[in-house]
Amino acid sequence: MCDQTFLVNVFGSCDKCFKQRALRPVFKKSQQLSYCSVCAEIMATDGLHENETLATLKSEAESLKGKLEEERAKLHDVELHQVAERVEALGQFVMKTRRTLKGHGNKVLCMDWCKDKRRIVSSSQDGKVIVWDSFTTNKEHAVTMPCTWVMACAYAPSGCAIACGGLDNKCSVYPLTFDKNESMAAKKKSVAMHTNYLSACSFTNSDMQILTASGDGTCALWDVESGQLLQSFHGHGADVLCLDLAPSETGNTFVSGGCDKKSMVWDMRSGQCVQAFETHESDVNSVRYYPSGDAFASGSDDATCRLYDLRADREVAIYSKESIIFGASSVDFSLSGRLLFAGYNDYTINVWDVLKGARVSILFGHENRVSTLRVSPDGTAFCSGSWDHTLRVWA
Amino acid sequence: MDENVEKERLRKEVAQLRREAALERMKVSQCCADLRDYVLQNAANDPLVQGIPDDKNPYKEIKGGCVMF
Repeated sequence: MCDQTFLVNVFGSCDKCFKQRALRPVFKKSQQLSYCSVCAEIMATDGLHENETLATLKSEAESLKGKLEEERAKLHDVELHQVAERVEALGQFVMKTRRTLKGHGNKVLCMDWCKDKRRIVSSSQDGKVIVWDSFTTNKEHAVTMPCTWVMACAYAPSGCAIACGGLDNKCSVYPLTFDKNESMAAKKKSVAMHTNYLSACSFTNSDMQILTASGDGTCALWDVESGQLLQSFHGHGADVLCLDLAPSETGNTFVSGGCDKKSMVWDMRSGQCVQAFETHESDVNSVRYYPSGDAFASGSDDATCRLYDLRADREVAIYSKESIIFGASSVDFSLSGRLLFAGYNDYTINVWDVLKGARVSILFGHENRVSTLRVSPDGTAFCSGSWDHTLRVWA
Repeated sequence: MDENVEKERLRKEVAQLRREAALERMKVSQCCADLRDYVLQNAANDPLVQGIPDDKNPYKEIKGGCVMF
């Protein structure tokens, strides 16, 4: 696993202010220098407050966009599937539905696995959030939210709590209790407040912080105990639909996707957007990091899934077929990153060979749109949720 | 007034683009080689790629009796 390369720092003397600081590489007129974060930020905003007119700003924006495209294109010397030519092709896949979880009264919108690799939390349009034991299919907990369309739910790393939210514009945390005399709803804690619907939520490395994405176009990091807003992330031009945290122990970046067709990578400490990608032709419904942390995949309403490499700063693969015309709602990688599972609005799940770009399997079973899909933490199975009110565990 | 709002938005956009333009990038061939190598190193431990024998699969059909974990 690698830390996000651009944020790992070398310590030394800044080339501009000469102070001993953590440094990052910076390119000024084709020369590589090492600046501290303060000088790098000054360089970004230098001269933007004097004498500029609408016209000069627009022309600088255009020329920078052109330069970015040029720089990205220069490094595009090969395609991923060419690099993977010598890799052995995958054999035939036999993946079947092993468990069907029935109990929701309406469309299943979101699900998440517990770190114990067997429990699952799911949320539905009918306002119910259910915790299941996927081995036995028993329902262990159920809570009814005060709103319908619970679009986001997440399991805490400790397995002792769940978070959920949707049309109530909030993210609430419920501690899980096995005490029959205690009502789960009584212990509910409201953590996040947005000005539009909650589309996604995720605990960070601990039960103490939650990251949320919202229809109000922002993402935010919250402290669970106090409900305080720790950092907000502005930059998307429309609803943010999904997010995923980088798989590093130090975990300080995450990626988000939105209705503005963009996927953006953020620095959690500074709130700044580090990289942005805009190659999809429609809403980005789902983003997921590659297990190594150096890349991420996205699924979109344009019926394609795409792989973006963070160090090359560009799209490196596209997973599509002419026969697939419905949007991909949800994507996830297998443990090694060799397979990409994607759930579509045409009720199917397509399994893609990440390296070769080919589809290796198509899974039928759901009777309506697949809305959510996650691989289990140990990679032995994956679970899909659908508008047909059920969840299926495949292995 | 509208012009000032537009100017502010453009200033933010230009600052962000300058930050992005300053990034160091690696060649796609190198990045893809790393992705491929990561997969090859880890594929042997990937249950969904290798398949799991029925006796080790926690999700195999329950054929009556009790399930032992």
